[in-house]
Amino acid sequence: MPDIQVDTNAPAIDVQELHKYFGDNQVLTGIDFEVDRGQVVCVIGPSGSGKSTLLRCVNRLEEPTSGKIFVEGVEVTDPDVDLDQLRSRIGMVFQQFNLFPHLTVLDNLTIAQTKVKKRGKDEAREIARATLEKVGLAHREDAYPAHLSGGQQQRIAIARALSMSPDLMLFDEPTSALDPELVGDVLDVMKDLAAEGMTMMVVTHEMGFAREVGHKLVFMDGGVIVEEGDPKEVLGNPQQERTQSFLSKVL
Amino acid sequence: MAMSPRRRAEVSRYVQYGVLALLLLLVALGADWGTLQTQFLNGEILPQLFPEIFSIALKNTVLYTACAFVFGLVLGLVLALMRLSSVGPYRWLSTVFVEFFRGVPALIVFIGFYYGLPVAFPGRVLPGGTLGVVTVALGLVGAAYMAETIRAGIQAVPKGQVEAARSLGMSHTRSMVSIVIPQAFRIILPPLTNELILLTKDSSLVYVIGLSLSDSELTDFGRRNLSQYVNLTPLFATALCYLIITVPLSIVVRRMEARADRAR
Repeated sequence: MPDIQVDTNAPAIDVQELHKYFGDNQVLTGIDFEVDRGQVVCVIGPSGSGKSTLLRCVNRLEEPTSGKIFVEGVEVTDPDVDLDQLRSRIGMVFQQFNLFPHLTVLDNLTIAQTKVKKRGKDEAREIARATLEKVGLAHREDAYPAHLSGGQQQRIAIARALSMSPDLMLFDEPTSALDPELVGDVLDVMKDLAAEGMTMMVVTHEMGFAREVGHKLVFMDGGVIVEEGDPKEVLGNPQQERTQSFLSKVL
Repeated sequence: MAMSPRRRAEVSRYVQYGVLALLLLLVALGADWGTLQTQFLNGEILPQLFPEIFSIALKNTVLYTACAFVFGLVLGLVLALMRLSSVGPYRWLSTVFVEFFRGVPALIVFIGFYYGLPVAFPGRVLPGGTLGVVTVALGLVGAAYMAETIRAGIQAVPKGQVEAARSLGMSHTRSMVSIVIPQAFRIILPPLTNELILLTKDSSLVYVIGLSLSDSELTDFGRRNLSQYVNLTPLFATALCYLIITVPLSIVVRRMEARADRAR
């Protein structure tokens, strides 16, 4: 199978005129959205605003109804695209962690490396251990996910995505299911990642993270992008009434 | 007389123990122990059953059950995946199969395979003799039950597991094989073992096809000796042999469940 031709000049994520219906219910209405390489873009908005759906359309866990999405110049929405190969280059972190409970931490990190990336067992383990080191959980490689706290599970989930050496990372409310005291550890890992220059799209409620780490902030409501721009500008001086009203509730 | 709730519970417990002790006493006094022993545990007949009760009967029961279970498990998994397929005809085929073999007595399936097939396909017989017939006939019935269990297990694996697997670039097949099916089997371990226990007992139905002594399994063996000795001891002994198989199975499952709980 030929490798997907990546265009190094294209933006990391380019969403054009994206519409998404669930049955008769329209959740995304003509979204145009871009993430440049090395950028951290945070997406905020009330629940039901379509922000998670937008993120899940990027690796086609949700099937867009119409519109085009490109990742590094490769059209994700092309019906003939090798979706599995494309997805192996897009790391994804879920709200509910979704670690594989029947596998140890180390096996969680190596299974896709060996089965999808066809790396050798030793190489996969080496990479897995290095990423575990990075998230500060090298000592838990033999544990099963159930024996870890939520914060540890989410850091393992990040390590699992990272061990595939992705070009970009999608985060779907990564701290929303965590106890408040565990949020910090996960955010620290994400901050380190951003500092290394990883391209990240983050759906989140963590305004502090968005302000501190984000290069761009997008506010969504009712299936459209209401306002976007520099996080400090949008958070400090929102132009749209809906943004103001949302921020006044959460800040 | 007013009693405190605690006192009342105490009295009630004494009454329950008392009733139980009384019943046991009545049974012990009323039973004809001498006749019971000559009829059920006859010291002269019991040794005659060895070693064949183990070397032939128990061995065959285990062999028939194991082969039928493995065949049924593989076929059941295929049927379950067909049932979940996006291709309509696969779903219908699987449904018809399951409904048919679940709804028909296993005895009829045995008779159909042993006497019916040679009539329908003259000159052809199932390979493997008695073992072949048991494997296929009992396996088909087992597969029908297990297909439903496996399907339920697959559907009980959270959707997020598939999403995580697919987001890592695994194909649909790869996610099923490496992520969903292993978890599904852990969920359905108890009902599957239940099925194994049921199959162990259903393997006795093979008597309808008529067995030579070397093909004889526990129930058939017990019946032979029952008529030979006109005494219930052989039947009682074979019944105990079934427990030798089924009780450890239950214990193993309980252990596995405990281990799975720890890992969850």
